[in-house]
Amino acid sequence: MDVLVAEHVAKRFGALTALRDVNLRLEKGEVLGLIGDNGAGKSTLIKVICGFHQPDSGRLVVNGQEVTLRSVDHARSLGIDTVYQGLALINELSVYHNMFLNRELRVGPLLNNRAMRRLARAHLEDMGVNIPNVNSEVAKLSGGQRQAVAVARAVYSDAKILLLDEPLAAMGAKEGTLILDLIRDLKARGEVSVIIIAHNYAQVLDVCDRVNLLQHGTITFDKPTADVSLDELTELVVAEYRARRTRGNGGG
Amino acid sequence: MTGTLPRQQETPAQRDRRLLTLLRTGGTVLVRWREASVLIVAIAMAIYFRAANDVFLTHDNLRNIAQATAPAAIVAVGIVMLLVSGEIDLSVGVVAALAPFLVHYAIDNYGIPVIPAFLIAFAISALIGFCNGFIVTKFKVPSLVATLGSYYLLLGILLTTSHAYPAQIPEAAQGRIQSIFGAADWSSLIWCLGVVAFYHIVLTRTRWGLHTISVGGNLIGATEAGIRVNRIKIGNFMMASMLGALAGILEAFRINSIDPNIGGGTALVFTAISAAVIGGTALAGGSGTVIGALLGALILAELQNGFNLIGISANPFNIILGSAILLSMIANQYLSRLRRTGGG
Ligand SMILES: Nc1ncnc2c1ncn2[C@@H]1O[C@H](COP(=O)(O)OP(=O)(O)OP(=O)(O)O)[C@@H](O)[C@H]1O
Ligand SMILES: [Mg+2]
Repeated sequence: MDVLVAEHVAKRFGALTALRDVNLRLEKGEVLGLIGDNGAGKSTLIKVICGFHQPDSGRLVVNGQEVTLRSVDHARSLGIDTVYQGLALINELSVYHNMFLNRELRVGPLLNNRAMRRLARAHLEDMGVNIPNVNSEVAKLSGGQRQAVAVARAVYSDAKILLLDEPLAAMGAKEGTLILDLIRDLKARGEVSVIIIAHNYAQVLDVCDRVNLLQHGTITFDKPTADVSLDELTELVVAEYRARRTRGNGGG
Repeated sequence: MTGTLPRQQETPAQRDRRLLTLLRTGGTVLVRWREASVLIVAIAMAIYFRAANDVFLTHDNLRNIAQATAPAAIVAVGIVMLLVSGEIDLSVGVVAALAPFLVHYAIDNYGIPVIPAFLIAFAISALIGFCNGFIVTKFKVPSLVATLGSYYLLLGILLTTSHAYPAQIPEAAQGRIQSIFGAADWSSLIWCLGVVAFYHIVLTRTRWGLHTISVGGNLIGATEAGIRVNRIKIGNFMMASMLGALAGILEAFRINSIDPNIGGGTALVFTAISAAVIGGTALAGGSGTVIGALLGALILAELQNGFNLIGISANPFNIILGSAILLSMIANQYLSRLRRTGGG
């Protein structure tokens, strides 16, 4: 069953067309790899699916129901959660406040800091990342630690559809493996479906069931990872560039 | 190993916990250091002025200081909320002058009873704040410019409708209401302490405060996290405006005259911004302290009052004020850098 279907989605920013005509589907329990050049529109597509951008045209079907996402909160209420490329962390706030940002636990009108602290500590420990103190300001964390906080926030949100925009970009080899293992665990449970954007194709082939290539605002390639090799994937992405260069040389 | 034996009575778990508590207290002291340092300055100043002039710490003079602190602190609380969310409002001082006139117009020109007249004045002030916030968030006009515009606009409305003449306190508001709202000796201070306590909790202990910090700290990130950033900003504009109205009404009732010069044009809002800044609120957004703003307002009131007592006129006072703002800004930058680099 498809938990998410995007049909003919288009998104323009003024004169710039970021997404022209995107058709994409995500099965239940599947991990889908989304690849493409810088500026191909991957993040834009993620932000359409998570309710941050409203598409100019096209439709979204979530769990078999057509929806018009009004806001990020609306998408969250449908079980969609996101790790943004920019991480969406607030430097001035503590790790635990960031982990519960816009989902704060409260007692009456007041924040339940004690509970948030305890849960944040438990989640990070469970994930196995090294964050010494959940009370420290996020500004003081390293790049990889910041990313880990953002990933933990989404993974422990009970989301059914996880959108991960380059979640491994700043991770060390060990932490990267840790996150990939985490995704595998989620997959093994079969409850959560994941779209993951990554520029490291080895990692994509390693963890994803299927891979989609986004080019010129549309999906140009869609295959199970079992049927593609690393070389084929790399070739696919650079082929266009090669062709253009050859054409350029021929003309000049 | 006998030498280590007594120390082992404490289990490792206990020791860890003790260490953790120690670290946490240390961290809190560091965070609270700004308020503490401002408090020390306020106390030092009181000691100095007391030494220079016996009158400084008398009951009557303390009341004078309290009455000078209160309106500036109340306005400064609103300014802190705005600064933390990354905005500013230059028009709150005129709202302060306008609000008691609104009460006066409602009662004396339209025959509206006192309580509804108050509510109308606050509602209009909130509406002014809403308009400021709307212009800033929807049309992306920087708040410095937007509220400069509304400052002149409101000043014009105020001076036109009042003919630039003071008015009497409406008869219906005299007596008990006037005492409660500013005329009784410590009334404005009590209001001020209530406002400070309330907003201290709002900023540090509620979702609204957390989101206010988020919006000022990382606007895009806050939006991505699903925070309704415009709502937070507009809400803070509305609250700042209503706090301006409260300060203005308290001040008018205290001096027993509704004067278009309440707030002295820009003086009230500039004093409030100075108080916020001296108290440790950065203009960059994302951090600030309400208690610091109260202490900042206290320092400014002490300075003005103390200089007055020892016979220094208002003119060199500006030199001191200017230096105080510059120094505290530099100290702020230095302290926050220290906080960033020192101590995990
Ligand atoms: N908010 C925006 N306003 C205007 N243009 C935008 C906006 N967001 C993205 N774009 C443009 O849309 C195009 C696609 O951007 P997007 O961020 O989706 O690329 P991407 O595939 O995620 O790239 P990368 O791999 O570098 O992250 C780019 O040309 C970008 O400049
Ligand atoms: Mg991107």
